[in-house]
Amino acid sequence: MTRPSLYSLTLALPLLIWQLAFFAVPLIFLIAISFWTVRNFQMMPDLNFGNWERILTRSVFWDAYLRTAILATTSAVLTSFIAFPAAYAISFKLSERVKQWLIFVLIIPFFTSYLVRIYALQVFLSDEGIINAALGMLGIGPFGMLNTTFGTLVGMVTLCLPLVILLQVFSLNFVNRDLVEAAHNLRCGRLRTVLAVIVPSARVGLVIAALFAFILSFGDFVSPLYLGGGNPPTLSILITDITKSGQQWPRAAVVALMMIGTLLSVAFAAITYAYKERGK
Amino acid sequence: MTLKSPTRRHLLRMTAGAALATPFLSIRAAAQTVNLSMLAWYGHAEPDIVGAFEEENNVKFTPKYYTGGDNMLGLIAQSPAGTYDVILSDAEYVQQLNAAGYIEPLDAADYAFDDFYPEFQKFPGHWQGDTLYSVITRFGFLGVAHNTDVLSEKDAASYAVFSDSRVTGKLGHFDWHLPNLGQMSLAAGNGSAYDIDEAGWDKVQEATMALRGQVGGFFDYGGTFSSLNDGQMLAFAGIGDWITGVLEKNGAKVRTTIPEEGGLQWTESFSIGKGTQNYDMARKWIQWITSAEGQAKSADMAAYPALIPNKKGWEVLNATNPAEAKRQNMVLGQYNAMDMIREGRIRYRQLPVQQSLEDWNDFWSDYKGA
Repeated sequence: MTRPSLYSLTLALPLLIWQLAFFAVPLIFLIAISFWTVRNFQMMPDLNFGNWERILTRSVFWDAYLRTAILATTSAVLTSFIAFPAAYAISFKLSERVKQWLIFVLIIPFFTSYLVRIYALQVFLSDEGIINAALGMLGIGPFGMLNTTFGTLVGMVTLCLPLVILLQVFSLNFVNRDLVEAAHNLRCGRLRTVLAVIVPSARVGLVIAALFAFILSFGDFVSPLYLGGGNPPTLSILITDITKSGQQWPRAAVVALMMIGTLLSVAFAAITYAYKERGK
Repeated sequence: MTLKSPTRRHLLRMTAGAALATPFLSIRAAAQTVNLSMLAWYGHAEPDIVGAFEEENNVKFTPKYYTGGDNMLGLIAQSPAGTYDVILSDAEYVQQLNAAGYIEPLDAADYAFDDFYPEFQKFPGHWQGDTLYSVITRFGFLGVAHNTDVLSEKDAASYAVFSDSRVTGKLGHFDWHLPNLGQMSLAAGNGSAYDIDEAGWDKVQEATMALRGQVGGFFDYGGTFSSLNDGQMLAFAGIGDWITGVLEKNGAKVRTTIPEEGGLQWTESFSIGKGTQNYDMARKWIQWITSAEGQAKSADMAAYPALIPNKKGWEVLNATNPAEAKRQNMVLGQYNAMDMIREGRIRYRQLPVQQSLEDWNDFWSDYKGA
């Protein structure tokens, strides 16, 4: 392997500085704060393990942790399943031109405010909202969708779906079409081809897409609060609640670090699985 | 004479000249207008309140709005001294602002305390000994907020309505432990809402947990408005006319009723930020908002209405806006809000006395997670 030249190191420097300034330094600061003490509503530098003990010994933390993990996993699985037929159709069935337009359409949601979209969803999901009004015309309902887990999941899927479809499309684009043809030649039906050839070939991209959905959902604050009614709270809501205990930012930092640790572990495990070679 | 196109040198020279001149233009304009930064709940620096003052005094308010005292403290802690000229604070937080050294001492003689009702001339928490730190500006009551199509004022005359079967899954909580647990403390029969012993605290926790099955959600400021307005929630704990008044004035069928067990009082006051460069104008603002004219405007603030502590403000309000005076129970010469306070039906919202704030907040988190 050749040593990197001074030129290439210099080009990489801005990114390194950016990562240090906006990722590494804040992370180290967050770790430091988790050991600080609050006196008279002001944070003071300290080496206090009491914050960690207080948070990790409270059942409300672990309840919220489990709840958030289950919600995020459900969101990742649900989004992946909903996204796959769309991604498959875009990648395998549509012409290049239509594909490009649809990819452009999928990027548009990123130009709009997520919070505004969630407020709009309230109009759809509320007891006297659009969906219940439509169901009412058919003589069914109303169904309680707002301020429920269902509402939270709708919000999370709304957040993640465009990204997951895009990642799946890019991943499916790289599946070797010769393998698909070979499967058909060997009398494999369409569904079996998808499950036995396409999905394993695109495994890396599909897992990464699900991982992104998990990460986004795990940290989401907006959907659990505005569509789930904060009832019961997720870890993100717990962080804001803890700061209301007279500026308890150190304890909120503990919760944040547990979230970061969890996400790093899940990401590492997912990437290891994604890149694992068959039979090893 | 034919017009020549400008040469590049000419164009650059003129552009540089214009660019250099611009700061002088804006400095000249800025020197004439005082910029007063305000840290407050939403609405306090909107035209309906500050418009007249801004015109008369050549002032421009730059607001920073917060939702909740903890949010306010966080914002101040993150800013250098002098960032905020005037700070609006709930009563419970004035002591915290003072303890942290965020506010200037004030001269009581500068303000119209003689025009205030006696109950507000030396409001607890705004003074430290004989030194004034914050001038009371507005207050309001917290009670049972309810949808009047489903729950009448008679239904809402007791906190027991929160357990009513009509409210199952439709009880909302404003997501702040202090007003909610204070109401539950009154509902549990504690004479003092916030100064309670261990037995009283146990009663509060029991009464609160008993409501868990009724709860439809825990809402922030915006969520509270929308869920009451669209009927998603039929009863709400932890709020008062400061929310329902806005909705009621816009035609929503909601109201706040003060129940028999008693209501709570929130209180707002203005302080001057430590290190302000605009002390005189900040003082002038507080003088104006606590004057009779300012108080009458403040009572009918578009963002959220409030009761006012200045007696002369009541007179102006009765004369200029009798409908609002009636709606808020500030009519002179008949049973009104001050009588409710004097009868002991209202307790001040304050920080817990015998338990720590953390204990109350930790229980609130347990309740939410139950």
